[in-house]
Amino acid sequence: MSGSGLLKCWQDVPPGTVTFGATSREVETGLWRSMRPVLDAAKCVSCLKCWLQCPDASITTDSDARVTGIDFFFCKGCGVCAKVCPAGAISMCPESDFLSAPAEASRGASPGKAGELFGA
Amino acid sequence: MSGLNIKEMTKREGPLCEGHRMCPGCGAPTAVRQAFMGIDDPIVVVGATGCMEVSSTVYPYSAWRVPFMHVAFENAGAAISGIESAHKALRGRGMFRENIKFVAFGGDGGTYDIGLQALSGALERGHDITYICYNNQGYMNTGAQRSGATPKSASATTSPAGLKLPGKLQRPKNLTEIAEAHDIPYVAQTTLHNPMDVITKVKRAVETKGPAFVNILVPCPLFWKIDPADQAQVCKLAVDSRFWPVYEVADGEYKLSYEPKKHVPVEDFLKSQGRYAHLFKRDAVRTDLIESAQRDVDAQWEKLKMRIQSSQR
Repeated sequence: MSGSGLLKCWQDVPPGTVTFGATSREVETGLWRSMRPVLDAAKCVSCLKCWLQCPDASITTDSDARVTGIDFFFCKGCGVCAKVCPAGAISMCPESDFLSAPAEASRGASPGKAGELFGA
Repeated sequence: MSGLNIKEMTKREGPLCEGHRMCPGCGAPTAVRQAFMGIDDPIVVVGATGCMEVSSTVYPYSAWRVPFMHVAFENAGAAISGIESAHKALRGRGMFRENIKFVAFGGDGGTYDIGLQALSGALERGHDITYICYNNQGYMNTGAQRSGATPKSASATTSPAGLKLPGKLQRPKNLTEIAEAHDIPYVAQTTLHNPMDVITKVKRAVETKGPAFVNILVPCPLFWKIDPADQAQVCKLAVDSRFWPVYEVADGEYKLSYEPKKHVPVEDFLKSQGRYAHLFKRDAVRTDLIESAQRDVDAQWEKLKMRIQSSQR
């Protein structure tokens, strides 16, 4: 099942009650978001406070442990990161401001479900 | 505690991955993520029924990268004991070489109330396990009913504030003290005020040989009626107002992890949440209940101070 994409019907569901590890990574919880955290890279000092506090593990970091951005496929827009940021580098903006932005709602090249739903 | 480097932690994949369906701003996934950040050994996790289990294992998906077993509300303590014993037996026969750690999660409903006897048994039998209670002070998974952990005067759906009653009438039980009474090697109480506190305490609990218990206060934005973004700030208020003292007991020795520098009245903590809004109605402020909450907090703090002093003597 892992890597096969979102399950479409009951026949896709594996028998028994064993689920495979980390398969929830196929679920786009970013669809819930009404406010979007916007990272100002110039202000960010990579203290990792947002990374430590994010309930959804949506803060992305590079190999030097510097904050690179926010994974909008999973980010639910709770705003915890903006509140704990000591540098004021994250601001919360209404998700509706981003409807025209192409292909940004999701990870990778796919526009993601949010994009499809709102016709972006 | 040595060997804790946040930069190194970012390179590891945590046991709880993205895509779980906990509410935005919920404190429980933050607590679970932080709890495992300092642990290097392979782990096996048991989850009692509760928000965390329901939302992280929505069939047919799982948000766990480690072996995870869901059991009923009442038997997370028994299940983790059995898994630990089985591992010990199989290791004796040479089937395992790794040093596997066993961690059980329960909410306050599954720990304070329904799972208390299984937990007590596990602690008494001395299994090498860690039990973590993520305590949001009520049955959130089923719709904000009161639990044994719900504080006095909080409005829950089964102890609603109205014309006759001002929310819950009883005081919560002190589960951390109940765990201490089992004379186990490690007991700690913490919250999300400072990530390093959670990380170091759970690391210590997991590395302790024998049973360990950690009680983590986590906010539920729906029940506490707070802004989801405020989880760290509300927890800081809980610690600063001494409503939730953060301390640990290692081999009978008490240690306060953080002592608030300036006095913050418990009123500030109550005021920050909608579940106490009935105490602060403009024309009818319930000063009697606010004062009684302050008295309870002061008494609890004095009691803790006494225990700390007598253990260090």
